[in-house]
Amino acid sequence: MRYTCLVHFDPAVMQSPEFDKAALDRRSKAYDEELKAGGHFLGWQGLALGDAAVIVRIRDGKMLATDGPYIESKEQMAGFVLLEARDMNEAVRLAAGLPLAEIGTIEVRPIVQSSSPPPQP
Amino acid sequence: MNDFDLDRIYRAERGRVLASLVRLLGGFELAEEALADAFLAAAQQWPRDGVPANPRTWLVSAGRFKAIDKLRRSGRFRAMAPELRRELELEEDQMPPDRETIQDDTLRLIFTCCHPILPADAQIALTLREICGLTTEEIAAAYLSKPATIAQRIVRAKSRIHDAAVPYEVPPPAEWDGRLETVLHTIYLIFNEGYEASSGDALVRHELCAEAIRLARLLKELHPSPDIDGLLALMLLHQSRAATRAAPDGSIVLLEQQDRSAWDQSLIAEGTALAELAFARPPVGTYTIQAMIAASHAAARTASATDWPRIAGFYDLLLRAEPTPVVALNRAVAIAMRDGPEAGLRLIDPLAAGELAGYRFAHAARADLLRRLGRVEDARTAYAHTLELTQQTSERNFIEKRLRELD
Repeated sequence: MRYTCLVHFDPAVMQSPEFDKAALDRRSKAYDEELKAGGHFLGWQGLALGDAAVIVRIRDGKMLATDGPYIESKEQMAGFVLLEARDMNEAVRLAAGLPLAEIGTIEVRPIVQSSSPPPQP
Repeated sequence: MNDFDLDRIYRAERGRVLASLVRLLGGFELAEEALADAFLAAAQQWPRDGVPANPRTWLVSAGRFKAIDKLRRSGRFRAMAPELRRELELEEDQMPPDRETIQDDTLRLIFTCCHPILPADAQIALTLREICGLTTEEIAAAYLSKPATIAQRIVRAKSRIHDAAVPYEVPPPAEWDGRLETVLHTIYLIFNEGYEASSGDALVRHELCAEAIRLARLLKELHPSPDIDGLLALMLLHQSRAATRAAPDGSIVLLEQQDRSAWDQSLIAEGTALAELAFARPPVGTYTIQAMIAASHAAARTASATDWPRIAGFYDLLLRAEPTPVVALNRAVAIAMRDGPEAGLRLIDPLAAGELAGYRFAHAARADLLRRLGRVEDARTAYAHTLELTQQTSERNFIEKRLRELD
């Protein structure tokens, strides 16, 4: 089954002096390789902060566009990792290994099954 | 070259390989990671090098090796407890003689999974996932719960085991008081998951039945007790009919229609003797009473020769020992056979409308009695309701067939 790990964290964490972005990137990369080797890694994307977003909706046939973020909160959705796992508990175990779990919050959500083929890792 | 069935090996060996890895690596998470790595290595190497003579030992040692390698590379190794580190650093040939140890690993894991610090529902979820190999989603479907709820229950149970430093061991029999009952319950749960797979396409998962029987035998060797004999007898007697429970197309064959000449007479003889032995040693436990019921069925040469008064008598006894709605339901079915469908229906109606409203077998039994009474419309409604509660493919086919027969 496929799962998404939605990564949320407080962008302020990144601004603190003791935050070592290079180390986080290095560890994240190493873990991605580990996931790949285990056949679990389907892909990931990082997202710009919510204030870079434009919110769009159609009401009465008219488009309304406003500034983001859609949800104002201290922790923001910052990206996602797509995983292949045997079950929810395996997905949770794999998500817990993401270095980002140490600074933010990972929301593990099953991907609704459809007939479309899974993306190739 | 790919002349082996890795899926089959996975189903047969997964539980025992995991149990050994949990012991060797000292925890679930590491062991599960190692298990996945071991099977990945097998998928890569076996097509090239052939299947090793003993796949289980190969998988255990590959998993252990991969785990240590990973720990070393990630720097986690240094952070581990010294005694565990020493153990892990032993070379393969320095490891203690392992045949017996590996034999007992699943039993160790059962004592861990049903440790009294865990709530009952956590014990069940943990056993089904770790020992029976069910996925979180399958357990959720079987217990009409959400996968997210089950996932958390399992995560919490594992951290409790970790935090309380529950040892992975079979405690000495002197300390079994109060724990044996849960362990027997867990072994029976494993057997039932094999005998009555709660989801998926196969009705019987033979490897789980065989494993449960093996575990009960092992337990009996360690510590003879009538309750263990009773459970072992019950499982042997069920198992004696396993081959006749499903037609070649996978559909269910009911007890009364099974080919009795194909029942395994040596299992019946062993199970019956054990049941009678346990029954003669009071206090008589519930497994023993159930085994006596199964033995009564096994003794009947034809379905019509079944001694229903004797069976209904055992159910009276069972209901006193275990006054649960499910036992009351089974007793009602036996009484229907002894005194007619009307009498059974009077007992089942309140159960199906009350405590067993969500239990598919209650509605299936009710539907069957209504059918036998010729109350076609009521039977149709009851079968339709059963269908809504049933996920198992061959059970669904069976009910759908019964529904068509009413037309």
